[in-house]
Amino acid sequence: MTAEWETVIGLEIHAQLATRSKIFSGAATAYGAPPNAQASLVDLGFPGVLPVLNREAVRMAVCFGLAIGARIARQSVFARKNYFYPDLPKGYQISQYELPIVAQGALDVVLDDGSTKRVGITRAHLEEDAGKSLHEGLGALTGVDLNRAGTPLIEIVSEPDMRSAKEAVAYMKKVHTLVRYLEICDGNMQEGSFRCDANVSVRPKGAEKLGTRAEIKNINSFRFVEKAIQYEVARQIELIESGGKVVQETRLYDPDKGETRAMRTKEEANDYRYFPDPDLLPLALDEAFIEEVRKGLPELPDEKAVRFASQYGLSAYDAGVLTASRELADYYEEVARAVPREPKLAANWVMGELAAALNKENLDAGSEKMPAARLAGLLMRIADQTISGKIAKEVFEAMWAGGESADAIIESKGLKQITDAGAIERAIEEVMAKSPGQLADYRAGKDKLFGFFVGQVMKATQGKANPAQLNELLKKKLPG
Amino acid sequence: MSELLHKNGLTQLAAGLRTKQFSSVELVRAYLQRIEASQSVLNAFISVTAEQALGAAAAADRDIAAGRGGALAGVPIAHKDLFCTAGVRTTCGSRMLANFVSPYDATVVAKLKSAGAITLGKLNMDEFAMGSSNETSYYGPVRNPWNIDFVPGGSSGGSAAAVAARLIPGATATDTGGSIRQPAALCGITGIKPTYGRVSRYGMVAFASSLDQGGVLATSAEDAALMLREMAGFDPNDSTSVDTPVPDYVASLDAPLAGVKIGLIKEFVDEGLDRENERRIREALAVLERAGASLREVSLPHLPSSVPVYYVVAPAECSSNLARYDGVRFGHRCQEPRDLQDLYRRSRGEGFGAEVKRRIMTGTYVLSAGYYDAYYLKAQRVRQLISADFKRAFGEVDVLVGPTSPTAAFRIGAKTADPITMYLNDIYTIGANLAGLPALSIPCGFVGGLPVGLQIVGAHFAEARILNVAHRYQLETDWHRKLPERFA
Repeated sequence: MTAEWETVIGLEIHAQLATRSKIFSGAATAYGAPPNAQASLVDLGFPGVLPVLNREAVRMAVCFGLAIGARIARQSVFARKNYFYPDLPKGYQISQYELPIVAQGALDVVLDDGSTKRVGITRAHLEEDAGKSLHEGLGALTGVDLNRAGTPLIEIVSEPDMRSAKEAVAYMKKVHTLVRYLEICDGNMQEGSFRCDANVSVRPKGAEKLGTRAEIKNINSFRFVEKAIQYEVARQIELIESGGKVVQETRLYDPDKGETRAMRTKEEANDYRYFPDPDLLPLALDEAFIEEVRKGLPELPDEKAVRFASQYGLSAYDAGVLTASRELADYYEEVARAVPREPKLAANWVMGELAAALNKENLDAGSEKMPAARLAGLLMRIADQTISGKIAKEVFEAMWAGGESADAIIESKGLKQITDAGAIERAIEEVMAKSPGQLADYRAGKDKLFGFFVGQVMKATQGKANPAQLNELLKKKLPG
Repeated sequence: MSELLHKNGLTQLAAGLRTKQFSSVELVRAYLQRIEASQSVLNAFISVTAEQALGAAAAADRDIAAGRGGALAGVPIAHKDLFCTAGVRTTCGSRMLANFVSPYDATVVAKLKSAGAITLGKLNMDEFAMGSSNETSYYGPVRNPWNIDFVPGGSSGGSAAAVAARLIPGATATDTGGSIRQPAALCGITGIKPTYGRVSRYGMVAFASSLDQGGVLATSAEDAALMLREMAGFDPNDSTSVDTPVPDYVASLDAPLAGVKIGLIKEFVDEGLDRENERRIREALAVLERAGASLREVSLPHLPSSVPVYYVVAPAECSSNLARYDGVRFGHRCQEPRDLQDLYRRSRGEGFGAEVKRRIMTGTYVLSAGYYDAYYLKAQRVRQLISADFKRAFGEVDVLVGPTSPTAAFRIGAKTADPITMYLNDIYTIGANLAGLPALSIPCGFVGGLPVGLQIVGAHFAEARILNVAHRYQLETDWHRKLPERFA
């Protein structure tokens, strides 16, 4: 018997804020320094030290709240989450509990089938990251690196609104896009700047009551999120169908084995003994500050996509792709502005040749390798018919490899399109003279041979004949 | 002459140094001798930093000669051993920090240093400032200079005993529930706990963060005013310190008391108050009335709940503040831990004493899921009511007065078996901590040969006012000039 199951997913996304210093100390947040080189006495939890809140982290959290249409708390409270762990120097993490800085927002997510889904965001709160325990190369010992300790985070807690692993990934990507748009997080998932916990449960279709959930901790790639959830859903359904019960527990995803494993059950869970941190005053924000942040907000991805569609006459899909990151959108706009009458051409090139080339070398749209102005230089030569689209691809490859401008390559390789009707006619006549048989067949009614003549003339002109002109002249000449 | 220098207060000493009647080196030597001579009897110091002190004194003498010394140039002081001092160990009276040398100076330490004060050492205290008798120190109890079989009070017992025995003219101390005022009363000296946020807590090892406040123990209100003025002020490193200018507490000491309204806290004259002690308080109030102040009785109905509220809030905060002592980065670490749990259990089990453990456990309990509302949240609500009581009272009077502690000092060991009896010692002092108010204690006579104290509580940031009232009282009386015979 197979009941119809519904999957219910909520995500807790941790996004490291891109401040230069830590949330409660002046130590730097840069990634990759030698262990403990960026841990101040505050980060080390030395006796007598006290936290001082970094205002930039607050501004960034407010930025996020405004971007998801959430309520910004005029007063929020930092609380201590108490537990013992070597990478948590104070024995507590400073977080927000009862009164978070951001509450009740939402994001609209476009799904694969083109439909839009609204995902509620319960809250987003400020907190400090923990350090890291190190095991590699230390034998039986454990090392502690506190460089990450005190790095500011916002934890973005969604409603249990997602119904499939794909929806969860689409939502996570949307948040990822947004925080990078806002320039509040670098989004680097490999370095752990953007990671999530997934709360997953299943229930019979139509049931109102939520099933017992498992929380999968610390997943740091979109692919792993999808796989971990898929595995977990299958595990839970199989468990229930074979007469078992899902227990509330924390699980870890093992990407090597592609499975989730129990970490600790509810009974073993810490009692975090949250209470307001007496070292920090409640965080009070006034209207003026919030307005200032609002004024500084960039155009958001959804707004930008709508504008792209109308301003550049793009499809909703293309507009969505081009606004997926701020760098890409800015890049596209720069190109489109430089080639004003060809926004669609610009879109095709940015999403086509450029995206493929960047992808191959794992580069972003902001890459130095092909500045927007340089690509625009190429597109202008297509637009003014100096080269054909086909030749343009060849030029692009040369530009990518050598970093020269389109004009220089067209010039040095002599790729300029032949638009002189006399020259094209001469080439046609030569081909006709060399291919009497084909000519006779064509004239006898074999229309398909038209393509043969196009090809031959292109070959003779090294592809430089203007295709439209060539077509026209051939149509005139071939019939005799 | 140098054997008589200790008869002077801090103000006179600062003046004597400035006018070059004696040098800082002479003065420091004289005090170091007294410290050395008394240490085996009183046990007031945990560390004595003679060498550094003499070096600093010589430098102070050069500064004074060059006319560029600060307000405390060359004046010897000592710090309660929970103020972090760079290069000198800071034990907090605990085995846990027996080996801890801070890499930085507490803001208070740095401020006093830049005012020219010379640090002679670190003073004994109840472990992590938890205690009212200085019997919980890992470094042994401190004895009361008035009778060495008696406690000096706590937790700043070392600071109070040292000042009372004139081993030092002034000392830093901290007050979370009475830890400056109660030992001041029991040792017959003057101690002030300022408004919460007036003195930086940066570098002051935390016990209960919402209550801890650094202050001064000295022999007179005048001296306390001088030293506090140099310690107080906003500190960007302490988010709870308040950015408001520090008035010159010394300049306003002499203001006449005519028209000053004094309220005797009715709830403090209760059945727990020793009758002789009450008599000393009433005599002191009569002195203030004669000096021009008007006296009335004021009721603060929620104040009797102070002790239970305090023993929820303070342990809750302490249980979290002391979590960092885990044997990982600093402090005591057990021998050969088997695993992480073992490291935590034994390091903390061996490093902390019984009273600290009792409070960590109490605090952990009151913050636990299912108990938080009933204990911590309720205590915070009652704390609000107590604050409101004070606020109302300060609408009627300028200062509030009452006894500092229910009795004079008790015998060493008399209350160690019963923590509740010990906790009740702070019944009159805790209220000011819960409400964040400035409060001081001054000696107002003796009961059975042991000193007792009068407590004066002010409105927020009214340190100048309570110091003024205390100073006017001390102009009329000489209790603060009395020295224990043994240390005269």
